[in-house]
Amino acid sequence: MHTEQATKTIFQRPESLSETVTHYCPGCTHGIIHRLVAESLDELGLREQAVGVAPVGCSVLIYNYFNTDFLEAPHGRAPALATGFKRIRPDMTVFTYQGDGDLASIGMGEIVHAANRGEKITVIFVNNAIYGMTGGQMAPTTLEGQITTTCPHGRDTTQTGQPIRVAELLSTLATPAYIERVSVHSPMHIIHAKKAIRQAFTYQKDSVCFSLVEVLSTCPTNWGITPTEATKWLEENMFGYYPLKRFKQPMTEEGA
Amino acid sequence: MAKILMKGNEAIGEAAIRAGATNYFCYPITPQTEVAEYLARRMPEVGGVFLQAESEVAVGNMLFGAAATGRRVFTTSSSPGISLMQEAISYIAGAQLPCVLLNIMRGGPGLGGILPAQSDYFQATKGGGHGDYRLMVLAPSSIQEAVDLTMDAFPLAEKYRNPVMIIGDGMIGQMMEPVEFPDEVDKGDPATNEGWAATGARDRKPRVIKSLYLDPYKLEENSYVLHEKYEQMKQHEVRYERYKISAKNDLLIVSYGTMARICQTAIDELEQEGVSVGLFRPITLFPYPEKELRKEIEARNVKNVLVVEMSCGQMLEDVERVVQGVKPVTFFGRTGGIVPSPEEAKEQIKNMIKKPTRAKKASKATAKKQAAKKKSSKRQRKDA
Repeated sequence: MHTEQATKTIFQRPESLSETVTHYCPGCTHGIIHRLVAESLDELGLREQAVGVAPVGCSVLIYNYFNTDFLEAPHGRAPALATGFKRIRPDMTVFTYQGDGDLASIGMGEIVHAANRGEKITVIFVNNAIYGMTGGQMAPTTLEGQITTTCPHGRDTTQTGQPIRVAELLSTLATPAYIERVSVHSPMHIIHAKKAIRQAFTYQKDSVCFSLVEVLSTCPTNWGITPTEATKWLEENMFGYYPLKRFKQPMTEEGA
Repeated sequence: MAKILMKGNEAIGEAAIRAGATNYFCYPITPQTEVAEYLARRMPEVGGVFLQAESEVAVGNMLFGAAATGRRVFTTSSSPGISLMQEAISYIAGAQLPCVLLNIMRGGPGLGGILPAQSDYFQATKGGGHGDYRLMVLAPSSIQEAVDLTMDAFPLAEKYRNPVMIIGDGMIGQMMEPVEFPDEVDKGDPATNEGWAATGARDRKPRVIKSLYLDPYKLEENSYVLHEKYEQMKQHEVRYERYKISAKNDLLIVSYGTMARICQTAIDELEQEGVSVGLFRPITLFPYPEKELRKEIEARNVKNVLVVEMSCGQMLEDVERVVQGVKPVTFFGRTGGIVPSPEEAKEQIKNMIKKPTRAKKASKATAKKQAAKKKSSKRQRKDA
């Protein structure tokens, strides 16, 4: 029988996160996604060998919130930086963290070719269907009819084309990869997203393949609604067009 | 080591490997593609990284990421490709990373042509990308010098943590010459770059390699740090060659790269004819040999300064800046991929020397004659 009153820490800040308070708006899910990445790095013992590549966009200051080395890329070029770094240091863990304007618009060339070369990097792709930092302009992922400052009457797909589904598009490449779309708008979804992000880093750790996790995210500020409404909006509007799914995974020894 | 006959592009690739730069990113473009082809074969032999990217935009940014490892990295391209790399070059300079780029220049603007030109002087020496930054720019005039400068470029890039660009024209890339690779070469040591490279936050604080400073005071501070490096380069890294410069000179030519070499031939031939011409050849285009050129112009009894380039006159502006009206500066150039012959250069030099001493009428007549001659020689070239 135990008589001592032992205390046990059951929840704390991951070592991979710094103590800096983030600049993100209330209701933005970047903080949650940062935490999931940091937890995964901690759990897999990768923090000391990790190098992140920051995008241009709301999360450009991500390096202030992480306790790992970071590079800051030009807009959209993070996968190219990550490629250059990882090719020389395959022993290190290299990840990019990119928004939808960064990855799916200006950086489309870089992400497609990095994925197609099968670079052993991990891409965290945050899709909130809008440009955040510049104040709510139309993104390639903006939904049909969605109002932004550069499509004030709603996105007209006859002029701008249909929103780009990045996970589906990259899954058409023949090169083996791990590609999954998740969401972080509810605790249940956060738990699943964590598994996917951890899996992505595991594939990199084992030098298996390119990995990308698309994370559906909210932007209450630029969507012009409250955080609670944003969560509901995401589920009602984004799920139909951006289904949560594991699109691609490499053939492993277990045959998974 | 014995001399071997090599094409410029291949010799430069080999020089980079011997200088420890075993990390190479590229995209094919004429007239420098042989560097990529040579290294595609050579890099695996030395356990290096060879990667053909999807675009020069990606190449520049791969170079950026690669440079952050603290290893020696480089790329090669030609004019339109170098334009596409300007984004990354600006970021690399801002983030203070070393790397080496080779521009085997071809005619421009736009898609231009594929023949030798020197029309990227402004782009290389005056910025190229956005922001307050400079590249160190080295201009070889022979394959041997291209080899030597390539080997020097890496330690220079590391010394200043700044991109170094080697600019040669298509002639330097395509021509074959005997070259000798030195036995002892500085191959670099990644351990010496531990203080700034991204190596993982092990037993130290996390390190961020970046160019963003939202606080204007911090950004100004960073710009001054860069500026101070350029001032240091001006003090310590200026290189140039003086060729047959003497008190007897009737004329001083300022020319670089392949064009300077052609001028040397013209000068040698003119010497036989009793005409004395000196050549000042900048090897570093940035830092520009300002004081050194100024000294030559002030000290010598030179009536005229002639700038010769394979462009419409780009380095000309630097020479004018240095001369500051002390002597008349004139210009001769061909562009678009035309490489002037030594005869054409000689003709220009003779004109310059004769013009001030001749009667107006006579000089006009000669000019007419020469214009006719020029036309016929052009036609001949076309026919050939």
